[in-house]
Amino acid sequence: MNMLARLRQRLVVVGNGMAGVLAIEEVVARTPGQFDITVFGAEPRAGYNRILLSPVLAGDMNFADIVTHDASWYAANDIELIAGEAVVEIDRAARTVRGEHGTIRGYDLLLLATGSDPVMLPIPGAGRPGVFTFRDIADVEAMRAASRAGKRAVVIGGGLLGLEAAHGLCRNGMHVTVVHLMPGLMERQLDAMSACLLAQAVKARGITVLTSASTAAVLGDDRVTGIVLTDGRTIPADIVVMAAGMRPRIALARSAKLDCDRGVRVDDAMRTSDPFSYAIGECAEHNGVVVGLVAPIRDMARIFAQHVTGEFAAQYSPAVAGTHLKVSGIDTFSAGDFLGDDTTDAITFRDIAHGVHRRLVLRDDRLVGIAMVGDARDSGWYFDLLRRGADVSAMRDTLAFGAAA
Amino acid sequence: MMSAAVRTTCPYCGVGCGVVAMPDGTIRGDAAHPANHGHLCSKGSMLAETLDDSERLTVPLIDNAPATWDTALDLIAHRFSETIATHGPDSVAFYVSGQCLTEDYYVANKLMKGFIGSGNIDTNSRLCMASSVAGHIRAFGEDVVPGVYEDWDEADLVVLVGSNTAWCHPVLYQRLLAARATRGTRIVVIDPRRTATADDADLHLPLAPGSDVLLFHGLLRHLAAAGAVNRDWIERHTTGFADALAAIDGQSVAEGCDLNPRLLATFYDWFAATERTLTVFSQGVNQSSAGTDKVNAIINCHLATGRLGRPGMGPFSVTGQPNAMGGREVGGLANQLAAHLQFDRPGDHDKLRRFWNAPRLASQPGLAAVELFDAVLDGRVKALWIVATNPAASMPRAGRVRAALDACPFVVASDCWHTDTTRHAHVVLPAAGWGEKDGTVTNSERRISRQRKFRDAPGEARPDWWMFSEVARRMGFGDAFAWDGPAAIFREHAALSGFENRGDRVFNIAATASDDAAYDAMEPHCWPHDGRLFANGGFSTPDRRARFVPTPHRPQSMTRPFILNTGRVRDQWHTMTRTGRVPRLMTHTPEPMVTLHPVDAARLGLEPDDLARIETDIGDTMLRVGVSDAQRPGELFAPMHWTDAFASAGPIGRTVTARLDPHSSQPELKLTPASLTRVEARFHGVLLRRTGGELAARCTWTRVPLANGQLYHLAGDELPDIACLLGPLPDRAEYIEMEDPARGVMRCAALVDNVLQACLFVARDRAALPHYQAIAPLLGTVIPGNRRRRLLAGRSLGTSTGDSQLVCVCFGVSRTAICHAVQQHGLRTTRDIGARLNAGTNCGSCLPELQAIIREQTEAFEWTR
Repeated sequence: MNMLARLRQRLVVVGNGMAGVLAIEEVVARTPGQFDITVFGAEPRAGYNRILLSPVLAGDMNFADIVTHDASWYAANDIELIAGEAVVEIDRAARTVRGEHGTIRGYDLLLLATGSDPVMLPIPGAGRPGVFTFRDIADVEAMRAASRAGKRAVVIGGGLLGLEAAHGLCRNGMHVTVVHLMPGLMERQLDAMSACLLAQAVKARGITVLTSASTAAVLGDDRVTGIVLTDGRTIPADIVVMAAGMRPRIALARSAKLDCDRGVRVDDAMRTSDPFSYAIGECAEHNGVVVGLVAPIRDMARIFAQHVTGEFAAQYSPAVAGTHLKVSGIDTFSAGDFLGDDTTDAITFRDIAHGVHRRLVLRDDRLVGIAMVGDARDSGWYFDLLRRGADVSAMRDTLAFGAAA
Repeated sequence: MMSAAVRTTCPYCGVGCGVVAMPDGTIRGDAAHPANHGHLCSKGSMLAETLDDSERLTVPLIDNAPATWDTALDLIAHRFSETIATHGPDSVAFYVSGQCLTEDYYVANKLMKGFIGSGNIDTNSRLCMASSVAGHIRAFGEDVVPGVYEDWDEADLVVLVGSNTAWCHPVLYQRLLAARATRGTRIVVIDPRRTATADDADLHLPLAPGSDVLLFHGLLRHLAAAGAVNRDWIERHTTGFADALAAIDGQSVAEGCDLNPRLLATFYDWFAATERTLTVFSQGVNQSSAGTDKVNAIINCHLATGRLGRPGMGPFSVTGQPNAMGGREVGGLANQLAAHLQFDRPGDHDKLRRFWNAPRLASQPGLAAVELFDAVLDGRVKALWIVATNPAASMPRAGRVRAALDACPFVVASDCWHTDTTRHAHVVLPAAGWGEKDGTVTNSERRISRQRKFRDAPGEARPDWWMFSEVARRMGFGDAFAWDGPAAIFREHAALSGFENRGDRVFNIAATASDDAAYDAMEPHCWPHDGRLFANGGFSTPDRRARFVPTPHRPQSMTRPFILNTGRVRDQWHTMTRTGRVPRLMTHTPEPMVTLHPVDAARLGLEPDDLARIETDIGDTMLRVGVSDAQRPGELFAPMHWTDAFASAGPIGRTVTARLDPHSSQPELKLTPASLTRVEARFHGVLLRRTGGELAARCTWTRVPLANGQLYHLAGDELPDIACLLGPLPDRAEYIEMEDPARGVMRCAALVDNVLQACLFVARDRAALPHYQAIAPLLGTVIPGNRRRRLLAGRSLGTSTGDSQLVCVCFGVSRTAICHAVQQHGLRTTRDIGARLNAGTNCGSCLPELQAIIREQTEAFEWTR
């Protein structure tokens, strides 16, 4: 035994999703061999890129294409992967975790990266066979199987996830109707004009879009036959996809008496109320904010890794995040305060015939919000200007035309 | 169509340059023509580009509906005959043009004065040369220019009075500069403005507007006092010297003319000491309520020194129009008979009556232009035929002229294109234009040149002489109008000049072109012979003596803070019906501006490119502001060219006083009391579109024709309806828009089937508008999908339009390029610039500006050291 072996700490990661894997990567890159790492994954899989589930649903990729970390990666880095076993208990006193199949691991440090669950609307019939969510590869496989049998799909929710699901199902040959509660699609990312053009682009792909539409019930007996809206309209469907939002998965943390609100509360070091437990990703809540995008999760993973490897000064400060709708062909991008207020100006650019709209929100000649539909080629450039707080007064008149203008 | 080169003359100014229409469609200077020896100015160099039939009038129109020639001519003959029968011959009138060929003019004059029996034919030369005509007749007994162009080569002192020769008669100016280079000719410019001509003069006297008479009073007094008068010549060839001298009061010239006494003394000394002194005068002298007196005040000084009719000396009127002189020869003015026969000279009326066999020959002068339109307005004239001129734009009090045209029961207009005037006409006749008909013109040195046909007139367009002859025939005067072509008309005109002419009229061309072949082969020649006149007297007065004319100075009281002056810009001609079609000619001065002195601008809080309202007792208009210390404080300058077809401001003539010269009835165009106020523009814009036309929008706009569309500069309070600005577009049009409301910025493009139809750029701050030059070439082209997004981009202008101004239009060389070359290569002469960039080596119209750039850049260079 060498000296180092005795110093190796045990790190247990709960969750083999993107947050968990990113955190492990960060740790390993900083201090190879410092930790004995074990990762539990509820899914019986290696690490994959959840963002690319949409193309898999659409049939543009298959699972192998989106695997990011296969068994050899875990082996090469001496990481123990316990896949297909969800953790059901944390014993903080003993510093152990227990999996659903009875696997127990002790830890010096625990990282919760349990992610989130799709919201199931509390409406009659929501539990019927043929009602799906869109969260993991199992959901995708189930939907693909169902789409082979049925012709018509309803997607409840016209946010990012719902539109991706709709596109995927449509690509599988289904007639898809998106039912959205709000007047505009993706209202958390887009202004009204952008949303309107997005709806146009979605419709152009053969998808029916119903906005300001509230679902009253899922219809059917042993299988789904459709939905009924609160205004009485019924929409026949062979499958229904619930894409009405996500909720942090915190049952485990709650049962361990970790401080939780919407998510597991963490400080600037990603530490929970237990000094030996950390949380990152969609299950974590920092300063009352729960995130759902990759960029902040990447930041969280880095901060966590810095802390556990001795860089105690590192602090998580949430950066403005940008959202891309990754459904091919409908380019949207959103970041920051894309609506603006009394203290902001908005520059808009429209090419309606080509489905293009840009809204750039400025405060004192600095970009503070971006919404783009139809052509997001310059999103990176804008996003960089926004994050840097760059003064754009000298290029204000050509800002809307992009970096090359 | 044309297999050989055709020699003809330029249709623009009174220099009368020879041009050759080549079989390949190009137009070149005629090296064999004595007026220009092959040189052409910027306008002349671009003549080929004006030969575009796309917007020509090609069929007669009655109430805007196409009609046959027979129907139109019958209607005109009927309406004129009926009006004359009911209201007498003075109830009808013709208003013709210095653009008409001599033959057209002759026929119109013969019909009105000889056979209708009214003096009511006047010409736009009234606005141009009437004071010179009156001055010549008062001094010489006949309208005769004593000198020839060789005098410009052979003078030692050339005094340019009220003439921006460098821009308005560029070929003569280049001729003068060439002479100066060899013999050191001194050039004095007398002009309130420091024009391009004044820039390069040895002496510039920026006199107070309207004080020319006083200046030449002082000169005559100085010549007398300095013993510079030619007593012997005065004695033998003149009368009235003592009276003219005695009529001059003792008023201080320096004070009255607001001139530095030292500069004034220099001018007087040079004039007194230089035998070969040529005094050239143009519109600054003529377009004045004291125009005739100015002309005579100048002539008086030449009579006093006997400097007349010998090489390099004399008073020299240069005309504005290509055939102002020809019109004067046939009697195109209301107060002339024909062929220099005069109403008030005993025997002349009888001669003409017999020659024409015209018992109803008018016995009284008719109404001159301004009075003519007044008579139309108050109903005395009820039928009017307007030929080759645009009085709705070019006349002073243009608003009143429009009202008159609207009030007139019957208006005929013949022209090549629709103009501000044709829209008021009941009958519009399509006229054959330059290059489409045969005839003659006379230039400023009495040189008659043939204009020859080298292309077919479009559609059914016909020469004006034919229209008049046809109407005359339909009115029952066929025998007197039975010519088979212009040669026959010319022969009659020539014969009349010699009819019972026993030397009492210098104008005698009876021996010219005795048959068709001689007419066809006619070479440019001066009447009565190639050479100078009056060196040894022999004037056309009864006693054969020239007359000194007392010219009382009549200062005007100013009722408003500014004096509004109007005039030409370098590359435009008259109301732009021809030059406005040549995109390159639009680049030098794309917009009409009102220019004022920096001190005035500062006092009124005006910055360059601001909008300002000019208000006079006649009317008001709005123009963009230019600031230049070439203006005297208290004076405004605005160009005369722009019309309703080119700018919302319309013709500056709407604001210009019509105060008449008592002797010539020529209206004052250069001295109108005016007020100026800043107008807040909440937006500025640039509109590019494929379709032309006026903007119905309520904003200030100027249209600039481009090679593939139209450019409009916009400004105003509230942005007009965008659809209206973009012009008519089909429903399938696609729009690309950018808005930054906080800065008042809006940009918009319209495409149809991916072809760019229109682009609009708007900003609160004019400097935030992009360079339209980058986008203009895209009009009418397919915009690929990947370029749509950046279509509306473009670096903001930063500064005003100066940056992209074309100085040399012949070779398309911009101010920026010239400045750069001057700096980079240390160029110090216009010749150096020419060697490197070609600029200034063709027409030379830009040479004064090249000189100014060298001066300005050299100074800048030295500062930086």
